[in-house]
Order: sequence, then C-alpha cells, then structure tokens
Amino acid sequence: MFEHYLDLAIKAIFVENIILGFFLGICPFLAISKKVSSSIGMGLAVTFVMTTTSPINWMVNNFLLKEGALSWLGFPEIDLSYLSYIIFIAVIAATVQLIEMIIDRFSPTLHQQLGIFLPLIAVNCAILGVSLFLIERDYTLAESTVYGFGSGIGWFLAITSMAAMRHKLRYSNVPAGLRGLGITMILTGLLSMSFMAFSGIDL
Amino acid sequence: MKAITKENLKIFTEPLLDKNPLTFLVMGFCSALAVTVKMETALVMTGAVVFVLSLSSAIISAIRKLIPSKVRIIVQLSIIASLVIIADQFLRAYLYDISKQLSVFVALIITNCIVMGRTEGYAIHNPPGKAFLDGLGNALGYGIALVTIAFFRELFGSGTLYGIQLIPDWLYEAGYKNAGLMVLSPGAFIILGLLVWLQYSFSSQRGATGEHSHGAGHSHHA
Repeated sequence: MFEHYLDLAIKAIFVENIILGFFLGICPFLAISKKVSSSIGMGLAVTFVMTTTSPINWMVNNFLLKEGALSWLGFPEIDLSYLSYIIFIAVIAATVQLIEMIIDRFSPTLHQQLGIFLPLIAVNCAILGVSLFLIERDYTLAESTVYGFGSGIGWFLAITSMAAMRHKLRYSNVPAGLRGLGITMILTGLLSMSFMAFSGIDL
Repeated sequence: MKAITKENLKIFTEPLLDKNPLTFLVMGFCSALAVTVKMETALVMTGAVVFVLSLSSAIISAIRKLIPSKVRIIVQLSIIASLVIIADQFLRAYLYDISKQLSVFVALIITNCIVMGRTEGYAIHNPPGKAFLDGLGNALGYGIALVTIAFFRELFGSGTLYGIQLIPDWLYEAGYKNAGLMVLSPGAFIILGLLVWLQYSFSSQRGATGEHSHGAGHSHHA
C-alpha cells in the first residue's frame, strides 16, 4: 500500500514533473527563477497550495459536481461536471486567500516571505492543472493528496534548480539574441531531459 | 468611423510577429507547449484560444465601466471561464477525439496568462472594437508560434505533417530514424528557445533585450 503511494509521488516529482513534463506553471517559473531565495519561497507556497487544494477539489468534485454526486442530497440525476472549471478556480482563489490569512495570523515571518507570491498562485496554471488531472485520472482522496504534494515538490525542485543554473549563467558569455528567454528555454529543455532519466522507475 | 484604419490594422498585426505574445512578451506558456506534438491539436487549440481571447476582450471591454475595480479580477476570471466552458463543450460535442487528446489543456486556457494579460492590460481601458482586434491579433500570434513549434515537432518527431507521412519509406530503409526527443517535452523547450533566438535576432523590436522583456512579462501576470 505504502509502495503504491511512494510510486505515485516519485512519478509526480520526477517523471511527470508538472513543469518539465506538462509545461504547466511556466510563467511564474520564468519570472521568479532569477533569484534562488525567492524561488524557494515561491516553490514552498506552490507546494503548500497544491497539497491543500487537491483534496478540497477532489471532495468538491465527488460530493457536489460529478454525475450522481448529489445523491446524498436526494438528487441522483444531476450532473454538474460542466461547472467544474469555474468552481475549481473559485476554490483555489478562496483557498489561497484563506491560507494567506491563516499564515498572517500564526506566522508573520513566513507571511512576509511568502506574502507576495500567494496572490500570484491563484492564477498559476499548475494548480488548476493538478486539480483537473486528478479528476481525469480518477484518483482516490488519498492518492489525490499524495499527487498534489508530489507535484508541488516537483515544481519546487524544478524552479530552485533553474534559479541555481541562472545564477551561474550570469558569468557566461551567451550570444546576444539568445540572452534572457532564449537560453532559459534551452536550459529548461536540458533540465527536462535530466528529469526524464528517472522514467522507468517502478516500485 | 471607418473600420479599417491604419491604427486598427496596427493593433491587429503587431502581435502577429513583432510583439508575438509567446516569443516576445513571454506570456501564455501554460497549456501551449503540451499541445504541440502534432499539427492537428495545435490548430484546434489555436481555434479555442482565438474564440476565448477575442470574445473575452470584447465582452470585458464592453462592460468595463460597470466593473468595480476592486472585484475586476474575479469578474474577468468568470467571463473567461464561461467562454472556456463553451469552447470545451463545443469540442466535446463535435470533435470528440481531438478533445480527448487535448485533455485538460483547453480548460487551462482559463489560467493562461495571455488571456488575463490582454483583458487586464488592454481591454479594460479601450473600446470593444479595438479590444476585439487586439484579442484576435494576440490569439493569432499565439497560434502562429504554436503551429510553428508543432510543425518542427511533428516533422522531425514522427515524420508526418497533419497526419500525412512526409518522410519517404526509402529514407527509413536507408537508416533514417525519427528523433524521439522531439516528441518528448525537452524538444518543445529547445525549439521554443531557438525560435526566440530567431525572433530577437531579426525582429524590428531589436532594442528590447531578453532581460527587459522578462520584466514586462512579469508585471503582466500579477
């Protein structure tokens, strides 16, 4: 049982990395990976939000939206799944707001570090992507939580390693037209290749 | 007022190449690269983005004076999400196979920074006609980049274009092999990197360096 979850987590972190395998959450990945310290903050915030929104959206889908999900209220025929996009994005935005308030109340230092990143996360496609993937793949509640956490860690790893590489890049002589975005995309491609080396791991 | 003025034309054509949202403004990667393995999915995705972006720009611009500025983000998000739901339901009804291949990526247009970027950065301050043109131009520019990437990935990755085999059989017999890397995700990143290089080397917007346009991209998706 434990192995199954470990396998799922490793897949989410390395093989099917949400940035390097599915291209999700690239905008903040490019914008924030200029400094290692801020990329760690953003990575932590994304991991946090993914781990919390995944089970919430799973529950919303299974108890409110899915076909037959409302049978506990006595409406077994209602299928609201076409509303899922708009509800998921609302859940994510609300969760981000809530988390921001809770962190502010209990740990002002952490709030100061994560503060500016949290509002950005509400429109991060990686978060919505994870919620949509776990519905599409029919995960259970526990699997969804593990998948959300794993994807968050994968995002964290990718953005911090990118920031470290861009730090080193400052001292290298890049052709003029390739400076900035161009070389960053090619580096991302190389990073993606190295993450792919983990494919085939089966527990 | 004439519909085709020089100014309107410029609003429409500028984002096609010079200020291409994907390669110049560094926006809208999410949901873009994953659909570029084949031309077919890239074209359908372009259609969906054209529909959502041009209409959401026009609608938001039409009601821009009625939206209180404090809640404008959530109003914009709900309009965009509703349009995406329409596009998604349409694809499921008429192009079921492709919509299965596009999987969650049509839904992810909602959080695509280019849509919010255009509505927040342009539509909210400009009249509906111009906003519509701006949305259309940006969506098509995005589509051009998407289809270009898909062209290279499909040609070198599977030897076909739009599902039709282009690399002749005798070449395979002579030892030619499809580059598997192109089908995998690193191929998309590397091709996009090379396209950006081309863009910065030849574009008339030469003055903007890579680092500078990063800053511009950053301010948009806040």
